[in-house]
Amino acid sequence: MNITDLTTLLPIIILAAAPVVLMLVVAFYRSHVLTFVLTAISLLICAASLLYPLSSASGHIGTLLTIDKFAVFYIALLLAACLVTGIFTYGYLQTSKCIKEEFYILLMIATLGCSILVCSNHFVTFFLGIEILSVSLYALIAYPRATLRQVEASVKYLILAGSSSAFLLFGMALIYFHSATMEISQIVTLASSSESFASPIVFAGFGMLIVGIGFKLAVVPFHLWTPDVYEGAPAPVTSFIATASKGAVFALLLRFFAPLEMSNGRFYIVFAVIAIASMFVGNLLALLQNNIKRILAYSSIAHLGYLLVALLVSGPLAVTAGTFYLLAYFVTTLGAFGIITILSRDDTEPDTLQACRGLASSHPLLTAVFTAMLLSLAGIPLTAGFIGKFYLLWAGVSVQLWLLVIILVINSAIGLFYYLRIIVALYSKSAGQSCPSTTSLSCASGLVLAILMLLLLWIGIYPAGVLHVIQNMF
Amino acid sequence: MIIVWILSITVLGGLLAWWYDCHWNQTLCRWAALLTLFVDLALLIWHYSATAGIIAVSQTYPWIPQFGISFTVRMDGLSFLLVFLTVFLGIISVATSWTQIKERVGFFHFNLMLILAGIIGVFTALDMFLFYFFWELMLVPMYFLISIWGHENRTYAAIKFFIFTQASGLFMLLAILGLYFIHGRATGVYTFDYAELLGTHLSSTAAMWLMLGFIIAFAVKLPAVPVHTWLPDAHTQAPTAGSVILAGLLLKTGAYGFIRFVIPLFPTAAAAITPTMMIIAVIGIIYGAILAFAQTDLKRLVAYSSISHLGFALLGIFAWNTLALQGAVIVLLAHGLSTGALFVLVGVLDERLHSRDMNNMGGLWTAMPRMGGVGMFFAMASLGLPGLANFVGEFLVLLGSYKVSPVLTILATIGFVVSTIYSLWIVQRVFHGKCKFEKGQLTDLNIRETAVFAPMILGILWLGIFPQPILNTAKPAIEALQQSVANQAKVDLPHDGEHQ
Repeated sequence: MNITDLTTLLPIIILAAAPVVLMLVVAFYRSHVLTFVLTAISLLICAASLLYPLSSASGHIGTLLTIDKFAVFYIALLLAACLVTGIFTYGYLQTSKCIKEEFYILLMIATLGCSILVCSNHFVTFFLGIEILSVSLYALIAYPRATLRQVEASVKYLILAGSSSAFLLFGMALIYFHSATMEISQIVTLASSSESFASPIVFAGFGMLIVGIGFKLAVVPFHLWTPDVYEGAPAPVTSFIATASKGAVFALLLRFFAPLEMSNGRFYIVFAVIAIASMFVGNLLALLQNNIKRILAYSSIAHLGYLLVALLVSGPLAVTAGTFYLLAYFVTTLGAFGIITILSRDDTEPDTLQACRGLASSHPLLTAVFTAMLLSLAGIPLTAGFIGKFYLLWAGVSVQLWLLVIILVINSAIGLFYYLRIIVALYSKSAGQSCPSTTSLSCASGLVLAILMLLLLWIGIYPAGVLHVIQNMF
Repeated sequence: MIIVWILSITVLGGLLAWWYDCHWNQTLCRWAALLTLFVDLALLIWHYSATAGIIAVSQTYPWIPQFGISFTVRMDGLSFLLVFLTVFLGIISVATSWTQIKERVGFFHFNLMLILAGIIGVFTALDMFLFYFFWELMLVPMYFLISIWGHENRTYAAIKFFIFTQASGLFMLLAILGLYFIHGRATGVYTFDYAELLGTHLSSTAAMWLMLGFIIAFAVKLPAVPVHTWLPDAHTQAPTAGSVILAGLLLKTGAYGFIRFVIPLFPTAAAAITPTMMIIAVIGIIYGAILAFAQTDLKRLVAYSSISHLGFALLGIFAWNTLALQGAVIVLLAHGLSTGALFVLVGVLDERLHSRDMNNMGGLWTAMPRMGGVGMFFAMASLGLPGLANFVGEFLVLLGSYKVSPVLTILATIGFVVSTIYSLWIVQRVFHGKCKFEKGQLTDLNIRETAVFAPMILGILWLGIFPQPILNTAKPAIEALQQSVANQAKVDLPHDGEHQ
């Protein structure tokens, strides 16, 4: 550990220190505004400190962490997601009577967990990151009021996350037993090359690891918690789970599995089956839902299925295509949940299709943005989602994963149906009841929404710049 | 610059219309849309005269160099005619919705202009990615047009339309990507440029699969028979302007795709599939005509007649000789005018009677003589009366396809007979017989409506009596395409011989 290591580690240190500072501030002086501002400032400082690891040579901190360009990019993305969630939360909690300040502390801790995940290179940091993330999510899901629905969601998440962590640990132990190393990069290269890894113990170990990772990604068949948690959790927390929590785990997956030659490896069949099942189950079950948050939950299952297709492309193309898709997914999902957040207060969330009927006549601008977000999720031109999906198909066709890309295409068509259902509801005449109010639409959230919308269009119309950045990152 | 100008002016007009409706008033918004389209029209005419009828112009700008995508647009005679039709029917659509659309007028015109821009893009794009981009772009506003301003069963129709066209479009995207990578591997140049991809050498299996990807997308749009089921619903439920654009323009993009992409990109595979496609075309002609005859909903009747007419276009395209292709182009233009006009007529009737059911009509000639005359004219155009546009097109197609397959051509003429029956049926049921309305209850065509019909009547007469300028405009483009296919076939044939 020398001074370069410390500066490289600076973003993580800042992220870890910020919740402590916040906690101390809250202990002495409770103020919603102050806590929010401090959160935002610490996120920005952390973002600025990302320049240090960018300039450092290797980015390896011992064997535990690797803060390379890849990690820097993802940490930046996570910080942005956290900031956006924080801003939407501010409006959401403003009218609430509950205790507000701790929300930001928990959010920061969850972001810390995600950031550790994206730069982990060791089973220890991997597990540490996942646990930090999970524990803060338990509290966040049940956050402001702890209504019955929220508690149910939280307990469900707690039990399932707990057991998936057990799987993860057991899998790690089995692999360690055989390979005598906990460095993930070594294990993965061993697994792909040496024949000794055909032993049943290692196979079981990897199986259990996939259970643990699959749970966090909410891919089929480990997706059962998703709809309930999405529905039960407060809207900003849902948006955090949908983006940061899944994105971080996917980044980990990309980092270690993308370099493998998937097409003939033994991981191929496992990931392909999971991807196909996720696409079909996610899209087909979404058709049956009447709650927007549940629809988005199932749609996120399908989107993770699409992302696994990118993973199966393998090689540098997998990393760039997956990252680009994830970026588009982040922008879109944050925007969509942002709008649900703006329409909600902590006691009422108009998240059923019925409640959103006629939104277009009362909030035309908000509805237009929401429509754009949904169309982006569906992958329609002019939006980021379209270029993302195009990139995925491009990558898939380039290595001739014909089966997967055709299934992806079929699923895009199925998916359209439920996105259109939401849009139809937004534009149809309201059934007479009062439209949801937008008490929580503050200046800041309006600005963030506008930025997300511009990003969506910019990536959708002229993606050359963003592509350049991503392709040079790795 | 002309193409980029037209595209951006159209989009700007849409934005302006939306903005006017929000901040000023609805009439201004209608005028904004109308004037924008007139500017487009003036630009097109100016371009035609400035280039002395040669037209060909192309532009390329870099767009996404990482994928080999550029913004390449090109206008030749074929594109010019279709773009002209687009702008013309755009004007008709705006004019015909003047009193029919009363809710969210600005958003309506925004969507309308966006569809038109998408269609113009489809007709001019010569980068495969750009083509797909425009192809998908026009779907969303069309979806809104049907689902917001449509008739009673609009949601179902809109979703069906969207899913059919989107899903088929994605298969085309896969085919485009497949072609892109095969070309890239063979030459080392990864590009979506149509001109580059044109000479790609493909194995016969690859060519067949990739071509099927394209054919699915275009056959759904056209529509060819097994995948036509979205059309009657979408056409019937759309507002009048939507129906005009659907029938007059959107269907043409499918036919255009066959002419521009399917056959030139995959000449050998297309030759192999020609008999099948021609049979499908003939089935479409007869099936559409018979189903049209069975309808009582006037709008649905016109919708089914579209399937029949576009069957002629498909027949002509796959016959692939100059005569048949010229005929197909005329069919596209004539169908755009005559069917568009029939949809406008149904809209005008619906505005007065609040019904599209022919059982509620009858004897309208006495109540509205002017409308009766107009209706009679377009029914005659639709049945292919000599001297009117459809006759020229369908006759040329039959002449051309007779050289390729006499049997199918003879079968296709049955379509002529049935179309005569249903067209006269319209006149009989709607305008003749006992009048169910009192005199004075219904008003005849007003000035605006007459002004809408007049140019369409003139256009149909012109195409029917003196189509030569149109044929001359389309000819260089068609010959260039035929030349490219012939060259490609020369390269392919000896190669296939080696394999055997």
